[in-house]
Amino acid sequence: MSAAERYLNMSAGELRLELEAFYADYAAALDEERFEDWPGFFVADCTYKIIPRENFERGLPLATWFSESRNNLHDRVVAIRKTMVYAPRYVRRMVTGIRILGWEGDALQVRANYLALETLTDELTRVFNTGQYRDRIVVEGGRLKFREKLCVFDSLLVPNSLIFPL
Amino acid sequence: MGERPTAQWPEGGVSRIPYWAYSDPGVYAREQERIFGGRSWSYVALEAEIPNAGDYKRTFIGDKPVVVVRDAEGGLNVVENRCAHRGVQFCQKHLGNAGGEFMCPYHQWTYDLKGNLIGVPFRRGVKQQGGMPPDFDPANHGLSKLKVEARHGVVFASFAKDVEPLESFMGETMLALFDRIFDGRKLEVLGYSRQLIPANWKLMFENIKDPYHASLLHVFLVSFGLFRADQPSKVVMDSTGRHGALVSWKGEQQKTTDTADMKSLKDDFKLNDPTMLQPVREFPEYTVVMTTLWPNLIIQQQSNTLAMRQLVTRGPTSFELAWTFFGYETDDDEMRLRRLRQANLMGPSGFVSADDSEIMKFSQEGVQPYPEAAGVMEMGGRDWQDEPHMVTEAAIRSFYDYYRKVMDL
Repeated sequence: MSAAERYLNMSAGELRLELEAFYADYAAALDEERFEDWPGFFVADCTYKIIPRENFERGLPLATWFSESRNNLHDRVVAIRKTMVYAPRYVRRMVTGIRILGWEGDALQVRANYLALETLTDELTRVFNTGQYRDRIVVEGGRLKFREKLCVFDSLLVPNSLIFPL
Repeated sequence: MGERPTAQWPEGGVSRIPYWAYSDPGVYAREQERIFGGRSWSYVALEAEIPNAGDYKRTFIGDKPVVVVRDAEGGLNVVENRCAHRGVQFCQKHLGNAGGEFMCPYHQWTYDLKGNLIGVPFRRGVKQQGGMPPDFDPANHGLSKLKVEARHGVVFASFAKDVEPLESFMGETMLALFDRIFDGRKLEVLGYSRQLIPANWKLMFENIKDPYHASLLHVFLVSFGLFRADQPSKVVMDSTGRHGALVSWKGEQQKTTDTADMKSLKDDFKLNDPTMLQPVREFPEYTVVMTTLWPNLIIQQQSNTLAMRQLVTRGPTSFELAWTFFGYETDDDEMRLRRLRQANLMGPSGFVSADDSEIMKFSQEGVQPYPEAAGVMEMGGRDWQDEPHMVTEAAIRSFYDYYRKVMDL
């Protein structure tokens, strides 16, 4: 049985546990600022967008962050490490309410709520960004990976800058 | 309100900017009154956002809420977002369609799309009791209306009844740059981006009027040759100094002794996915034009990414930067995609713009605790005039020259 078939034949309970672990690993990589590991959660031909809810609901295509390939995710990581100027910060992501909508072809459609908390040097921790993940997940090399990940955020006013991925 | 501050502008004219100007509540109140409430045209909307009768956009001039609405005859109206009865901010959505009227939810006073009061419940009382006095005339209680002018799809409004016409307000130089982007073609809104930046609003104008920083702070721009001190460029202003534009175009670029000053230049930085930066020549002559229009607008043309950046003040130490990205109705899918890709340079996550919002916060954190100190704006001289290069802070000086006149500081 191939890895993909193994996932296809999983019970809903088993699949949920797999997904919970997957999202926990994803959030941990970012929370721990292992940004170099982040593109590895995606297939090469992926889409990753952070998009204000007002644009998403009106069908406006503009995203705050628009990546169309894993290579572009690598470019973002290089920018975070080498070119961008920003204040030191911690960002912690809470992923809850994971819902499996079902398989669409070879992709699992998943929704989840996320909450990103930001801590700056001289300030108290604050809610930085919150919204919904709208994801398509496939199996590649025996592992779950994002083919598409949309972070549709409710908090329309971004507090200053959005530097790290969500 | 808006009293003249007791602190004096430092010696040195506009080559010194006092740090109290970035945080003093009195200065802020005076700015609201004299700048945003004064004889100026503030950007409020693109016509493409409100194409149909009843379409409205809720926005702000300075910190005052207003609504831009298209009436049944196709006319544009801008009214204060404040019920004439008890001051309720009746419109609460960024964009929508009002149908034929606005109704305040509190006591259901109703206004037509031009802001005229057309309904007051129980005006004649109930069972001969109460009601408005017999001489209450709805004609005297409409929404407060602003002056409105639109040019090639861009809508401006003013609180001042005696403001000069929009064309002369912009002046010849800015008008030509404006018409270069807004040439009469219908616009297509691509989407919005909003940031709350913890800094005084003037720091945003300073940032965009300052080409000096762009070739130093923005490693990304520099590394990809998108904006460098050694490329042909100019800084232009209108005759009053209140508006300005940074203009640059593509030229020969190589590492020279001048670029050696740019410590941030990283020749070895290559994109893994180059599709983000594949601009096409779209407009005559210039590849980058950043226009700053007094008192609340930045018009961005960075290659193929176009945006209005509207400044909404939120007190002396914070402002909202509201971005409206757009293209043209005639854009094909490829051009639209190109604009969306290049938009990655801009906004709160922009490869370039995120540097600016971070730096503005650093600036506020440095100037606010030291109101007695002053900034030094001497790059390129101590006065201002158009310059055929970008090693100058002239457009910042010109801005403050006009600012001081309006503010009587």
